[in-house]
Amino acid sequence: MTALMRSKAGFAGFVVFCLMVLLAVLGPLFTPGHLVTDVTAVYQPPSGAHLLGTDSEGRDIAIQMINGGRSVILVGVLAGVISTGIAIAFGSLGAYLGGWVDSLIVSVTDIVLTVPQIILLAVLASLYTLDSPWLLAVIIGGFAWPYLLRSVRAQVFSLKEREYVEAARLLDLGTPHVLFREILPNMGAFILMNFVVTMTNAIYALVGLYFLGLAPIVDDNWGAMLNKAWTRGAIFYSDSLFYVLAPVLAISILQLSLVTMTRSFEEILNPRLRQS
Amino acid sequence: MIAAPTTAPEIRPVRLRRITVRAFRSYPARRLGKAVLTVYLVATGTFFLVRMLPGNPVEVFINTQMSQYGVSYQEAASQAAGLFSFDPSRPLLVQYGEYLAGMAHGDFGHSLLAPGTTVLDIVFSYLPWTVFSVGLGVLLSCGLGSLLGMLMAYRRGGWLDHALSLIGSLLHSIPNYLLAMLIVVFLGVRLEILPIAQMRGAYSPGVTPEFSFDFISDAMYHASLPITVYVLTTIGGWMLVMKASTVETLGEDYVTVARARGLPDRRIAASYVGRNAVLPVFPQLAITLGFVVGGSILVEQVFQYQGIGFLLLQSVQRRDYPVLQGILLIVTIAVVAANLVSDLLYSRLDPRVRGAGGEGS
Repeated sequence: MTALMRSKAGFAGFVVFCLMVLLAVLGPLFTPGHLVTDVTAVYQPPSGAHLLGTDSEGRDIAIQMINGGRSVILVGVLAGVISTGIAIAFGSLGAYLGGWVDSLIVSVTDIVLTVPQIILLAVLASLYTLDSPWLLAVIIGGFAWPYLLRSVRAQVFSLKEREYVEAARLLDLGTPHVLFREILPNMGAFILMNFVVTMTNAIYALVGLYFLGLAPIVDDNWGAMLNKAWTRGAIFYSDSLFYVLAPVLAISILQLSLVTMTRSFEEILNPRLRQS
Repeated sequence: MIAAPTTAPEIRPVRLRRITVRAFRSYPARRLGKAVLTVYLVATGTFFLVRMLPGNPVEVFINTQMSQYGVSYQEAASQAAGLFSFDPSRPLLVQYGEYLAGMAHGDFGHSLLAPGTTVLDIVFSYLPWTVFSVGLGVLLSCGLGSLLGMLMAYRRGGWLDHALSLIGSLLHSIPNYLLAMLIVVFLGVRLEILPIAQMRGAYSPGVTPEFSFDFISDAMYHASLPITVYVLTTIGGWMLVMKASTVETLGEDYVTVARARGLPDRRIAASYVGRNAVLPVFPQLAITLGFVVGGSILVEQVFQYQGIGFLLLQSVQRRDYPVLQGILLIVTIAVVAANLVSDLLYSRLDPRVRGAGGEGS
């Protein structure tokens, strides 16, 4: 965390991300949860009463924006946690134990890596009803781990040759102790960085699924708003410009904040980049 | 390792085994084995995925046939067997065997909605457009991004470096389908610079696919928007990879020596720095290709470009399971093949990969 403060861009990304999370978590407490359809106020331009105008059902867009961030960020974080967990557990285990365990883990990783994720997700979404954010997070996170696993594995490989790890091993402290007390704590920034990367990809996939209408639209999240704006012709009304623009901007800013955080983590972990 | 005691009569089998082991250990053979295994596992996965569904598509099909067209169960079941290229009443293992055998012959079943059309025919009428637009987009962005990345490494710290990194990060953060939406909304609808409606589809009506200038320019015209989006959203990644790798190469001793020998800068950049710095770009190429093929579903939908992503969404909406299954398999095969080719090429370019067993990325 302190590492993040050192880079200006990374810190800015972190602040923006925190603000968005705060807004998404606390915002819905101050807004009406259920918006009433008002057919007399369809596609209104921004005004005092409706800061960003109204949608095809006459509902306020600004309120939808505030309420809509929660499930997107929730699924992103959950998917990140799930895939980071899988990657760390199996990546470090493979690198640490070596032998056939490692070969097996590497082969499985290579296979999952080559299957085109979005297409697989689309097929899964067409076969099963993915109506809960938890289910979506499990499915997205369940296929997002291969890259992280590879890099965790490479990292553990280099760390396990260090002297202090060797010392711990010679003291016969046991595999779990060596892995979780000696090796993994030294990979904090690295793991955090990859967690952020996974979140970025998860949000990309999630909003994509909503946009295509493959994930059932049960609430007014940003992805669902995009889908409605696109399919109900909001792009053709100049008064409803913000209906399209607001979710696009929100998602892009969220992604940008995550990417800048990743970049500054990278610079910290790879001093060669910092020289530039 | 305990060496097995060797006696005279055993020498021959041992030597034979060593040869087979060596053949197995050779890099291309192992790589090919892995590719075949991947395809096999994905095929198996989809087979059981579709069959373990709560509402098995075969049963669903039989039910709709019976209720809508009043056919008998026997008739509906045999129709389903023809369409899905399997018979639900037989044991699962037998079905599985036939499914794999059919796949090996390139038989992926028939479409549910256009009976008589094989899945392979349908997929192959859409796939070339995706291969064309994604391939060209990724290659363009890789070439351009690598050049810019090298330039950034040479001018690091300068305004060009900062400006390009900023633009690259910005474009990289916007999901490609959102960028596509923005192009449609602003350039197409709002400012009316681009004739978005005309640019839909893979080629204009009335133009026949043939090898002529007219057709190629028309195809380029229709593909230009997806290609632009693929280039813009991936170019930042290439610039970063190439910049990091060039900075690293510039610090190598052989570059210093080449400079000390007084070689012209242009020659150093081309044959000393560029050739070595470009190596990390190759493995990235295959990865990006896979990612962009996946993302093409979304981008093609926005631009209504008739590639594989367009077909996928159409089949999802129409519940055309055999086509869905076929798309997943064929795209996987394509991505696996692209990976295979790029890995084998890479092992030619960088012999270190072959020796180390290609592990420890």
